[in-house]
This record gives sequence, C-alpha cells and structure tokens, in this order.
Amino acid sequence: MSLFSIFNVSGSAMSAQSQRLNVVASNLANADSATSANGEAYRAKQVVFEATPSANNASTGVKVQQVIEDPSPMRQVYDPKSPLADENGYVTMPNVNVVDEMVNMLSASRSYQNNVETMNAAKSMLLKTLTIGQ
Amino acid sequence: MLGKLDNHLRFNELALNLRSTRQSVLASNIANADTPNYKARDIDFNSALQNALNNTAATGTLATTAARHFPTPAPDGSTLADGTPLLYRGIVQGAVDGNTVEMDVERNQFADNGLRYEAGVTFINSQIKGLMTAIQGQ
Repeated sequence: MSLFSIFNVSGSAMSAQSQRLNVVASNLANADSATSANGEAYRAKQVVFEATPSANNASTGVKVQQVIEDPSPMRQVYDPKSPLADENGYVTMPNVNVVDEMVNMLSASRSYQNNVETMNAAKSMLLKTLTIGQ
Repeated sequence: MLGKLDNHLRFNELALNLRSTRQSVLASNIANADTPNYKARDIDFNSALQNALNNTAATGTLATTAARHFPTPAPDGSTLADGTPLLYRGIVQGAVDGNTVEMDVERNQFADNGLRYEAGVTFINSQIKGLMTAIQGQ
C-alpha cells in the first residue's frame, strides 16, 4: 500500500528539515562565539541532504548525509583590547553569515510545513479509502 | 460469479492503485525539494493504466535454465516494481544545486492526484452500491 509509504517519506523529510533548523539555530546562537572548548572561534555548520530511494523506486525519502563545517574564511575583527587578539590586534570571529542563516531558517520551516501538508493529504486519502463499501 | 464481481471492480481498483503509487512518487518529490542533484520524477498515468489493463508491463523474472542464458536485468531506477516506467520531469527553471523539483508544479499535481483518487473511491463505492442493489433486489 503505497499511501502508507508517504508517511515514511514525509516523516524522513520532516526530521531532516528539523535537523537543518537545529543547525541553523546553533549557528545563529554562536554567531559571536569568539572562543570555544578547543580555544578556536566557532565554525558555522551546514547539513548535506541525501535522497534514500526505496526498493520499489516509488518512494524516495531524505536523510542528513553529514554535517559539514563551513569552509568559508573566518571573520577578522579589529579589537586590540580583547584578550583573544593576535599581535596585530585582530580577533578571529565565527564565519557565520547571519543573512544566509535566516534564509536557511525560512526555507527549512517552509519545507517542513509542506511535508506536514503532504502527510495530512495522505491521511485524508487513507481515511476515505477505509469507507469503501460502506 | 466471484470472477465477474472481480472483473466489474478491476478497472477502478487498478486506477486507485496507480493513483496511490503516483501520490507516493509526488510526495517523494516534495520531500526532496532541498536535496542537491535530486531529479523530480513522475509516471505517465494514462499509459501506465493502459499497461496495467492490458497486463503488458514486464513483471517477474525469466528462468535461466542454461549457463549461457542472460539473467533478467535487476530493476534499476527507471521502473516501478510493477514495470511502470518512472519518468523525469522536464526542467522549467534550472537550479545551481542540480535539483529539478518545482514546488508549485508538485503541489499542483499532488492536490490534483489526491482529488482524482477520492473521485476513484467514490466511483468504486457507487459500483458496490449498484451490486448490492442487484443482489438484494429491493
């Protein structure tokens, strides 16, 4: 019954999108974390999605394949008073791009909503199917 | 007798089955709207239903009785389990990440297909009602 597989597909997409939202939240929260447990500034993280085809090809879910560290260069801020400043007075700050993260957040939440709608549609179709012959 | 009942309901049963398969394909497209390099897919409902009615779609595997027989190729990503070809949707607006899912098209098709499924359920219900009337003779 392929309608049931829609629940798995949409469910996998919802969990992938919520993981993406989680990463966005941690990036935004650490946008100004100049140091961390390893002594370096926080590096932005990004999720990589991967399609997971099923055996019958009809349904393809999503999963988070890996969480990568953003390779873009770190932000250098001139602040000679800071204890973290180097000999030239620059502090290395996280490479979090707040605008990018906000766009990511909107995209993730819209995709999540889309999948909730998909799941609701599949549910009403299944309920309608149960009334056959009554 | 039962065979006749089966034949009577067969068309709508096949149509509902295909509709639910297509719904699941469309749901996969919506789920993968943000997956890099994912290509949106769909089935041609018209020809798929024709194939199912004529039973011409290739199913099952061929027996290999000699060492030099070719085995049936394993199903690749191009057909469904029942042999229906799974097609790629044409690209309207390309994306940098290689994804070809157009959310408006997918949502449109998803709603359309869902409605047609419910119409199919209504048809099969009225067929069953007709049969019940014939059986009870009231």
